[in-house]
Amino acid sequence: MKVVVAAIEPLQLHRARDALAWVGVAGMTVTEVKGFGAEHTEIYRAAEYAVRFVSKVKVEVAVPAHLADKVVAAIQEAAGGGRSDDRAIYVMNFEQITRIRTGETDAAAL
Amino acid sequence: MSFRPANKSCVLLACGLLLGLVATPLFVHPSMAEDATAAAVAKPAPPATPACAGAVAAIPESDKYAAVPAVPAVLTNCTPNSGDTAWMLTSVALVLLMTIPGLGLFYGGMVRKKNVVDTVMTSFAITALVTFLYAAVTYSLSFTPGTPFIGGLSRAFLQGILSDVTNGGIGNPNPLAPTIPETVYLCFQMTFAIITPALIAGAFAERMKFSAMLAFMTLWAIFVYAPVAHWVWGPDGFLNSANSDAMFHVLDYAGGTVVHVNSGVAGLMCALMLGRRKNTGPAHNIVLTFIGASLLWVGWFGFNAGSAVTAGVQAGMAMTVTQIATAVAALTWMFFEWLHRGKPTLLGICSGAVAGLVAITPASGFVGPAGAMAIGAAVGIVCYIMVTWVKAALGYDDALDCFGVHAAGGATGAILTGIFAINQYGGTPGLIEGNPGQVISQLIGVGIVIAYDVVVSLIILFIIKATIGLRVSDDVEQGGLDLALHEEAVQ
Repeated sequence: MKVVVAAIEPLQLHRARDALAWVGVAGMTVTEVKGFGAEHTEIYRAAEYAVRFVSKVKVEVAVPAHLADKVVAAIQEAAGGGRSDDRAIYVMNFEQITRIRTGETDAAAL
Repeated sequence: MSFRPANKSCVLLACGLLLGLVATPLFVHPSMAEDATAAAVAKPAPPATPACAGAVAAIPESDKYAAVPAVPAVLTNCTPNSGDTAWMLTSVALVLLMTIPGLGLFYGGMVRKKNVVDTVMTSFAITALVTFLYAAVTYSLSFTPGTPFIGGLSRAFLQGILSDVTNGGIGNPNPLAPTIPETVYLCFQMTFAIITPALIAGAFAERMKFSAMLAFMTLWAIFVYAPVAHWVWGPDGFLNSANSDAMFHVLDYAGGTVVHVNSGVAGLMCALMLGRRKNTGPAHNIVLTFIGASLLWVGWFGFNAGSAVTAGVQAGMAMTVTQIATAVAALTWMFFEWLHRGKPTLLGICSGAVAGLVAITPASGFVGPAGAMAIGAAVGIVCYIMVTWVKAALGYDDALDCFGVHAAGGATGAILTGIFAINQYGGTPGLIEGNPGQVISQLIGVGIVIAYDVVVSLIILFIIKATIGLRVSDDVEQGGLDLALHEEAVQ
């Protein structure tokens, strides 16, 4: 079982959600985070400033192992483009998953 | 987030629009529609004269519609006009709302989240501080007769207010506002004295020590605001248009020079002395700025219409021109930004509205609706150019555009007052009625205030820098003022 974690731009969250629905993913968790990739500057009200942190949205999706690659591809297509800062998609193993409502574990809970 | 770079055609288009809009009222003057015998038509009803038992010198005919009536002898045993008093009581509340929370939110939304508590607290603390100073000494210094340059101490600690209550009379009003109790007049002027230093905070936001800010505001309120208010509004002020002995007759209805040019220039001095921030960043919550700007807009009716000090025709026209100028300025900024950068922004339209409010402030009792439209359009473009190109070119870090909006807007409005003033509304004709001399007077008034403000503000800043220091350390600035200076934070 894998969890796919990606920090994407807030503007693209809805596209990521739709793309994952197409892949067959039933749920996701979204957190508002900030981070930085490539250092860059911007201009705001005639003042140039160094961007220290950029607001992003972190998406976490738990999937069976065979879906991980499809999910990565879906996120890459849906959330690609936009700013040129470096963003990455992580795929991690996890040991156990239990549905809170019913107590189902592992494959039945994904 | 990336913006289109400025292009010269936008500037040319703007200048063209500006000239066109400013020039239009020159050709569409209300008097053109009137008959040659219009001068004989009855004037609007004069403001109610106070019912005073004490000696009152007659208010001369030519001054009946002046912003401030000519100074009569001491008034005693007077009954106030209840309509005027009710309106002025309301104006006090409206103008106080402009600072707390209006200005606090307007600025608070524009800073980064790590500095919002400090920004908002600055407005609140200045309100408390200046109230005390005002009651103690600066009301007396501004609004009692003394010399043409500073008032006396006859009202220090508000002694003598409502002292004359014999025979059922209610007291001795300030002759500058003879139909309302002096307590109401002083509270009204106090709200002006409060918002002026609070405006300066826009220039030094995100990097000034809280203690240094309090020290600066104390000295500035006493040594800059009090004298300048006396010059323009005091009974014997040398710039007061209603003072027949004045050296220059400067039209400033509600504070274009006293409040906006004054605070804007002081802000620039602070920005220059403090230096640039290490880094900046976008507004953390523009909705707070929107709420603040809305409170400023609505509260400004107390600012301008309240400066009529009566509830009547003048107040009504002041309110009307305020609304029109603000709306036109907001639209002008919004459309100009749309052309220049591709999208209209909330911050832009709010800034435009505030610029319009600032510019109409000196003009509100003197111009008509057509003039208000011209003023709004002109300041929308002037201030946009100031905060977008001039600030970038000259490199000063006027954090929240205090100088760009308030000084530039106030000066623009003051000068345009000299152009668009209409005798029927405010008692003095402007350039469009064939009186070019008023523009000169306006320029002189603005120049004198700027010169004095620069010199004294710099002296105050140097003193504070040499004693307790002005700027926070790098560490505090980067980590955020809220936690370092106040140990409070907003999540």
